[in-house]
Amino acid sequence: MKFDLKILRTLIAVVVVTLAATACDQPVGGKKFDAADITGAEFGKDFHLTDQNGKPRSLADFKGKVVAVFFGYTFCPDVCPTTLAELSGALKQLDGDAARVQVLFITVDPERDTQAVLARYVSFFNPDFLGLYGSAEQTKETAKEYNVFYEKEPGNTPGSYSVSHSAGTYLYDPAGRLRLFVMYGEGGKVFVHDIKLLLSE
Amino acid sequence: MNIHYAIKRSAGIIGICATLASAAALAQQKVEITNVWARATAPAQKVGAVYMDLKSPAAARLVSASSPAAAKTELHNMKLENNIMKMYPVEAIELPAGQSVKLAPGGFHVMLVDLKRDLVQGDTVPLTLTFEGNDKKRETVEVNAPVRALDGSTGMQHMH
Repeated sequence: MKFDLKILRTLIAVVVVTLAATACDQPVGGKKFDAADITGAEFGKDFHLTDQNGKPRSLADFKGKVVAVFFGYTFCPDVCPTTLAELSGALKQLDGDAARVQVLFITVDPERDTQAVLARYVSFFNPDFLGLYGSAEQTKETAKEYNVFYEKEPGNTPGSYSVSHSAGTYLYDPAGRLRLFVMYGEGGKVFVHDIKLLLSE
Repeated sequence: MNIHYAIKRSAGIIGICATLASAAALAQQKVEITNVWARATAPAQKVGAVYMDLKSPAAARLVSASSPAAAKTELHNMKLENNIMKMYPVEAIELPAGQSVKLAPGGFHVMLVDLKRDLVQGDTVPLTLTFEGNDKKRETVEVNAPVRALDGSTGMQHMH
């Protein structure tokens, strides 16, 4: 009967989806991350930007370290400083292992976030954090590579625009593979927990 | 009873009632402002945020703010949707009668634009708020916003 087939198909679909969902939750090699596990992601392969000291930087520079990449801008009263503060706080809880973590702040607002601005801003959170910037075109390409959305939002004056942007942090393992995505708001405990796990690999 | 005396007495009573009524109306316009705080800023961070809880007995709106700490002060809202954070200026923040409205991280806030100095934990940011009632009457209130550390702490020493 038509009626029974429909229910059966729905049931099968539900079972398949549930199995798939629980399969995704299975720990990898016995480890379970708090943040979204995006191991094997086909994006976020690399970047080619300049740091706050004028040095050209790419992902390979930081091989051997856990790398945290966050896209933001300095004309940001909430999300950006709190995320960097959270990362800074998380590193403090790693003691000696903090030296094996590199935090990168990629600006989506190179117009206002010049090299000098980035130097002052980023080093405030931790002297080892690096701010990265590029030309408008390089910023666009990098954001695209990371599936990061950003867009100018007009302010009341030409100089006071805000930039809407994807607000989360990407974590790489010491082998340079993109592994985790920490959503904004998940909190410093997730950073501590997951960075420790990545460092133990 | 003397008619003059009666008129005088009535006028007096009406006068008292009118005074009481306008006093009540004035008292009704007072917006409750609590839990005011500002977040510390990093060097080169040109903007800061001030948060607070507002409650107006009668319907009103927060229409503007100003502070000596910044060149310009605006009212803003934020929205986190699909992991994208969006921020934009608003004309006013509505305060429905008797309802508590929170200006808090991730939502409404008073935005200090072009800070004159970094905001440091322990500082106080003076703020002038302008409210408007449904009768279009405006009321300004001065408040002080203590600055909290970026990690949310309120000044207690933490040893790790």
